[in-house]
Amino acid sequence: MFLIRKPCQIHSNQLCAPDNTMEKEGICKFKQLFSYLGCFLRKFMFSILSVGPIPDHIAFIMDGNRRFAKKRHLLEGDGHKAGYESLISILNYCYQLGVKYITVYAFSIENFKRQPEEVQLLMDLMVEKIEDLLRNGSIVDKYGMRLYFVGNLGLLSSTVRAAAEKAMQATAHNSRAVLLICVAYTSSNEMVHAVNQAIRKNEFDSVEEEHIEKVPMIKINDIKRHMYMSVAPDPDIVIRSSGETRLSNFLLWQTAYSPLYSPTALWPEISIWHLIWVVLDFQRKYAYLQKKRKQP
Amino acid sequence: MLPLRSSVSLEKKLLSFSRNSCPSTITQSLLFPSHGRLVQLKTAVSATGVAHREDDKGVNTGTASTWDLSEPEPLPPGLLRELMPRHVAVVMDGNARWARRRGLPASSGHEAGVQSLRELIELCVKWGIRVLTVFAFSSENWFRPKGEVDFLMGLFERVMESELQNIHRQGVQISTIGDSSKLPKSLQKLLSRAEQYTKDNSQLHMIVAISYSGRSDITQACKRIARKVKDGVICLEDIDEKLIEGELETSFSDFPSPDLLIRTSGELRLSNFLLWQLAYTELFFAQTLWPDFRKTEFVEALHSFQQRQRRYGSRNS
Repeated sequence: MFLIRKPCQIHSNQLCAPDNTMEKEGICKFKQLFSYLGCFLRKFMFSILSVGPIPDHIAFIMDGNRRFAKKRHLLEGDGHKAGYESLISILNYCYQLGVKYITVYAFSIENFKRQPEEVQLLMDLMVEKIEDLLRNGSIVDKYGMRLYFVGNLGLLSSTVRAAAEKAMQATAHNSRAVLLICVAYTSSNEMVHAVNQAIRKNEFDSVEEEHIEKVPMIKINDIKRHMYMSVAPDPDIVIRSSGETRLSNFLLWQTAYSPLYSPTALWPEISIWHLIWVVLDFQRKYAYLQKKRKQP
Repeated sequence: MLPLRSSVSLEKKLLSFSRNSCPSTITQSLLFPSHGRLVQLKTAVSATGVAHREDDKGVNTGTASTWDLSEPEPLPPGLLRELMPRHVAVVMDGNARWARRRGLPASSGHEAGVQSLRELIELCVKWGIRVLTVFAFSSENWFRPKGEVDFLMGLFERVMESELQNIHRQGVQISTIGDSSKLPKSLQKLLSRAEQYTKDNSQLHMIVAISYSGRSDITQACKRIARKVKDGVICLEDIDEKLIEGELETSFSDFPSPDLLIRTSGELRLSNFLLWQLAYTELFFAQTLWPDFRKTEFVEALHSFQQRQRRYGSRNS
């Protein structure tokens, strides 16, 4: 499995030890060969998958970073860093496969109740990684990715909010791939916001009821239009890592018809095999799911 | 052997004594000579003299028609009473597939599914689950073939007619959620009658979602809020999660959010069922088709629920 776990962007100086003995050179070349073989196998499998329908939008609940750190006897912060590396891998696989929209549940409003040290650690990590994403040659450049930070951004500190807004502005011209990062987000908060906006903007029709008075006629689309997630279609698939089978207030409205998968692997352990298995199952049920979605 | 008239007057004397007492829980022992056994009745008697049944919170729930004549049935091995879900929701999927596998028409599958529901209700009553919500018919199901839809409407009527007494005897209160205006008039009347007839029961609150859509539920809540804003009853700034929750169709329930949702037949979707209410619900997707979902499978779902750590976004200590 490790052969095709990571995308093949390994440079030779990362594989070889500084003192270039014959034996170490051989090992370096062996590792490089494995890496190229892994890349070839991945591209081969993706081209087979591409014969069938590819999901347009996959949503991930990235659960299990802390448990991963505990399992590997790491510091808690290292679990979240490993989680970020895993996210980059998964983004690579998904965009190479042809998925256009990816949504990740990075930080829930409920997560603010955690220990302040952990919250601060996550906020600092977020700022650091946003800066990494905006550097030249990053995955954002590679796939022409547009970034959206979805949630009640007013709950974030000014530093984090500024970093998020800068990232959204810097990538606003991109359109080949879209990454929606749910931060300071819960679905119920999103719906409250949408209802508030719909009523405030007074865009819905009023109809006369029994010729007495005009009654506001909010429709489903009036609410949908004002959701934070209105910039993307509903997810075709939701994947929650670590084996927990619940939505935890994530995209409750948008996932009404989405299949939910919950592999037992912790988020930093999620691999290309989990993605392939999910996509194969999606393809198997595609015709039935499409029929369900087309019903008004 | 005491004549029945004497035992009745003894009961009245005991009750009149308790009426003059402060509100309290009194365990009354009455000897029923016709049965020759002692029956323990637990009652909480208020100052008004009307007997109430105390629920787990110690709040009077106000029914005079149900009495705990026995202790709750012991749970199967491995299940802990303190970890039982209070509210279980079920998506009863797989009837048509069950019938197809047996070379039978879909109607046979739906009829077989009724048996599973009957058993589930009994188990919920016996094991002290407080609320059971069943997804009987979604708003999308109206697009099924007319023959199947008409059969389902007929089946709902037949089952409600035949099972109402049994359900009432078990102390089950029936409520319905969904757009009932689309249902046949006869079924609407029957459901209304069932709700009225069982409204004072408190062993189990069974909510039947019929012609229901989670998105429509949220939308109608928003419509009502918009009206209140228009009428000046509330301001825009008052709109919060609690307000929306209070306007949903499930707001009448003591426990509007399910602790556990079970969907049968291996499908991994919510299918527009109780979207808002399922924010932190544990989801259990069973491979079994609904007509085959019985006590064993329910116990398995409960086992799975009891293993899970529910954190609601925070951390365990």
